[in-house]
Amino acid sequence: MIVPDTVPRGTGQPLKGSLKILSRLRGARGALGFAVAALLWIATFAYAGGQGAGATLSTALAFAAFGVIVGTGQMLVIASGSGNFDLSIPSVMTLAAYISMGLMHGQDYRLAGGFAVALAVGAVAGALNFLAIAALRLPPMIATLAWSFVFQSLAMNLGGEATIKPPALLSEFTVFRLGGVQVMPLFVMAMTAVMAVVVKRTVFGRHLLAIGQSERGARLAGIHVTRVRLYSYMLCGIAAAVAGFLLSGFTGGAALNMGDTYMMESVAVVVLGGASVAGGEANPIGIWGAALFFNLLAILLNTFGLDAGVRLLLTGIMVVLIVAVAPRTAGD
Amino acid sequence: MVPGDLIAMDSIRKAFGAVHALAGVDFHVDRGEVVGLIGHNGAGKSTLMNVLFGTTQRDSGRFHIAGREIAGAFTPHQAHEAGIRCVFQELSLCENLDVVENTRILHRSLQGIGWRRRARRLIADQLDAIFPGHGIALKARIADLPIGARQMVEIARAFTVTDAPLRCVILDEPTSSLGHEATRQFLAFVRQAAGQGVAAIVISHRLDEILNVCDRVVVMVDGRVVAQQRSEGLTRPDLVAMMGSIEVPRAVAKARDGSHDQTRDRVIDAPGRDAHDLPIHLAPGEIIGFAGLDGHGQRERMRALFHAGLKASRDRHRPAVAYVAGDRQTEGVFRIWSIADNLTIGTLPSLCRGPLISAAASRSLVEGWMARMKVKTDSADRPILSLSGGNQQKVLFARALASDARTVFLDDPMRGVDVGTKVEVYRLIRAEAAQGRSFVWYATELDELTNCDRIYVFREGRAVEHLEGTDIRQDRILAASFGGMVNA
Repeated sequence: MIVPDTVPRGTGQPLKGSLKILSRLRGARGALGFAVAALLWIATFAYAGGQGAGATLSTALAFAAFGVIVGTGQMLVIASGSGNFDLSIPSVMTLAAYISMGLMHGQDYRLAGGFAVALAVGAVAGALNFLAIAALRLPPMIATLAWSFVFQSLAMNLGGEATIKPPALLSEFTVFRLGGVQVMPLFVMAMTAVMAVVVKRTVFGRHLLAIGQSERGARLAGIHVTRVRLYSYMLCGIAAAVAGFLLSGFTGGAALNMGDTYMMESVAVVVLGGASVAGGEANPIGIWGAALFFNLLAILLNTFGLDAGVRLLLTGIMVVLIVAVAPRTAGD
Repeated sequence: MVPGDLIAMDSIRKAFGAVHALAGVDFHVDRGEVVGLIGHNGAGKSTLMNVLFGTTQRDSGRFHIAGREIAGAFTPHQAHEAGIRCVFQELSLCENLDVVENTRILHRSLQGIGWRRRARRLIADQLDAIFPGHGIALKARIADLPIGARQMVEIARAFTVTDAPLRCVILDEPTSSLGHEATRQFLAFVRQAAGQGVAAIVISHRLDEILNVCDRVVVMVDGRVVAQQRSEGLTRPDLVAMMGSIEVPRAVAKARDGSHDQTRDRVIDAPGRDAHDLPIHLAPGEIIGFAGLDGHGQRERMRALFHAGLKASRDRHRPAVAYVAGDRQTEGVFRIWSIADNLTIGTLPSLCRGPLISAAASRSLVEGWMARMKVKTDSADRPILSLSGGNQQKVLFARALASDARTVFLDDPMRGVDVGTKVEVYRLIRAEAAQGRSFVWYATELDELTNCDRIYVFREGRAVEHLEGTDIRQDRILAASFGGMVNA
């Protein structure tokens, strides 16, 4: 038996129609990142007269990998609810790199231990961030910014201005190629695939997206909001630490300013990747598109021979345009 | 209209969507008359006053003030010009301004050089007249005043006069934050003002005050005036009886087998906060109701019991309690998600095969509940917001009932839900209870409570009355809600 609905058919239908279109377009903003990245790639080697397409792509992939790692961490934090950002990513990268490189002394046999220490540093940093937010009721931006000063000065006291050399094995890993294919980005792609499954198919992932949409609703659905958000900040700290660890190997050592560009980039790739800053959405695969876009754009503008100021300006304009043009999802 | 009436409202109607807030109300106030307006939540008192004050427009009906017909739209400014003032329950003072500045807001004529001095004199005199010895600093910002003082300022300001006449003051729960002495002063002043020809309309749940100060009592039920009478000789039980005078057809009391052991196996056994607060207990398979006027602590108690239940759950991932929120948009649905995702969020751990949620298990759970709840949609993958409110509520019910929870809390879940859905859900709740599930049900509509085995009536944050079986009657609930005498 079907009891007649009180919602008149006439008003219900157009709404349902437009919602259907919206749901079909969801994730389209993520795909846009890939599309623009592909265009940039073609433009780059067209400008270079058809030369160096492979080299351009492999450079972009290697640099994008770091952006993807921190972006994925930031994605978890942003997804956990409106207003949640981790601005301590650059300093956690630096601190984890300094501590682990310092402990390894450039010796290959200590690599596993050093990596474990880096992970621990990231987890503790993330927990401290969340502690300040939850216990002191600080806005996330303020809390993570405040901690980032602490982390940065710790790194400064540990290593000073010097660059600490990585073990040779680590450096080799970050640039290792198997049959001409770089291995490190493949590892990061595997991480992305795992994260895509985590947000869609695990209890943690669903709970994370639920608290991001409605904290009160999640509480009443029996979800342990505090614990889920703590995990998201800890995972973000771990992601920053991994990025710092690998970047030390890639660039030849831990340096104080090594994470500087990643504060902006980590947020930008999440948004360009198709998630809403209002929370409740996560699109790990879209982050790759966005990160490739950023790095290909940088390469293209470099080949034009533009100086840094103009490059940044054009990057900013492109980001604004893409976010404005892309279709909005229900969370916006 | 009777000539000489100050306010004459005839056949006033107002509908919000399908809800008839005012279904043809006749309401008259004489010069210098004090009228008490009483009724349960949602009876239409506030809507009627909003129409009178111009903050809501009537759909139809004739409306005269002081013999002049009000045709078409009516604004609060026109109401002020016509001599009508309003003291709002949620005070209307600007918190960032001081007492004198708030007085100026009401009176446009207080301008030019020296307005502050004149406004100060005006409000100071009025405060002294109503609340002698009030001790309120006129330079204080409203935000810095205690709530009682704010209410005094709001009242005194409503009685100040400059260029517009003062004919009638609407007082909506005026004494809710006043102390004992201030209440006495205020009621005396209302009588004194009435002697000088200023009428008043008093809305209050404190029936003693109504009987004390009013010449006449008007009772509203379901958007209609059902009774009005001179208050002389009336008693509190009379008023309560008048409010319950429309008989809502009551479901035949269910024959309960009484096999519940009253103390063993209780799923809830919570002591009251103090000696005046009844302990609350709940046996498996029982449905208990929280009744009383809206906002008297029912929801807070439900939340406290729910969170205590969460904490006590042995397996944190399979809590023994579930909650169905009535405020769907902010506490119920997850807006970005599909119907299926919204339905399964409370049950995820039991849908897991290994570390991952099984798509097949989710689908079979969702399809089962969609069929059982008769959710009207062609696919559970559609966005939750594509459903009507009633169907969204069904999904929220399914979320709670699909879980392992032994106790389900219903937080006024039928708000804005159509009758057909209500009947279906009532049936489902009873079926679930028959299988041993327990329910705690906060309902603001009296007839919903007839689905309950037992009822706790709340007043001022406490469970003050416990009704069972055939004692669950409107008059008993109303009497306890309003603090009237209970003579069964």
